[in-house]
Amino acid sequence: MPKLKSLEDLKKLRDQARQDIRVRLDTGTRITVGMGTCGIAAGARETMHAILEELKKREIEAHVTTVGCIGMCSYEPLVDIEQAGSSRITYGNVKPDRVPRLIEEHLINGRVVQEWVVGRLERESA
Amino acid sequence: MRELSLHILDVLQNAREAGSRLVRLTIEEDIAGDRLIIDVSDDGRGMAEEDMKRAADPFFTTRKTRHVGLGLPLFAAAAERCNGGLRIERAPGQGVRIVATFQHGHLDRPPLGDMTRTLLSFLMGEPLCDLVYTHRRNGKIFELDTRLVRQELGEIPLSHPQVREWLGSYISEGEETLTHPGEHSSMIPSGPGRVEHAETQEP
Repeated sequence: MPKLKSLEDLKKLRDQARQDIRVRLDTGTRITVGMGTCGIAAGARETMHAILEELKKREIEAHVTTVGCIGMCSYEPLVDIEQAGSSRITYGNVKPDRVPRLIEEHLINGRVVQEWVVGRLERESA
Repeated sequence: MRELSLHILDVLQNAREAGSRLVRLTIEEDIAGDRLIIDVSDDGRGMAEEDMKRAADPFFTTRKTRHVGLGLPLFAAAAERCNGGLRIERAPGQGVRIVATFQHGHLDRPPLGDMTRTLLSFLMGEPLCDLVYTHRRNGKIFELDTRLVRQELGEIPLSHPQVREWLGSYISEGEETLTHPGEHSSMIPSGPGRVEHAETQEP
């Protein structure tokens, strides 16, 4: 992969990205990592990095973002996965070594990894 | 926390939660003078005078969910262990400024750690908060101004996978130029950090 360094590269990238941006925003998968003090101390930054690496490796496009403390500090690092049309699932104790299985099971095979679930928000019926 | 960059991420997240739109983070490594300074200013809602005095106390928090707040106390303790300290003051205008100083060569000083992961984690967060990052080390400098990046990107968010990757390699290469003594020390040509010099001359 060629390194992108300058603003020129950024312009090229923008033009590429513009083409697929709408599709992504509408149908996307959204992954949220808890990044409060508790999350950071439990290794959430490394979990986030592992998620980004795994997504890149498997060529999965997902929106990855962070959130502050949600009050379940003892389960940190917490990772929340939300997919259009599915329940929103919160996983606990997601250390980097859990990330590959999580991505494979949840995002690729479409199966919730039950034993790591700490919370679930059912899909709202429209 | 084993790395200073984790404390920095924590302080940056505080700034976001205080509603900041722009955070300025400066890391100054003066190895000859044996000093390391981490300076973070935000433009968030700020703190009351008496809260600022108590912010380094672990049993003070403005949160309603529980009675302790450990982020700043941990950072302060790390600085104090290394012949330094942590200062909390009002940022120019509004917002909060946090300055942590360390003896650079102190045996107990945690390593700076992975700034690329810290900055990326922060920049992927929501709501959007711009960052002006300056890292000086023995006369060399690396700068990143996300306002300039966003200007180039138009409506494409920083969290777009390709942008994410661009930011990651831009930051890690910039950081590397600071630590490799043999290499050319100037900033990456035509990068989004360049305009920063003009920027700091504002009144």
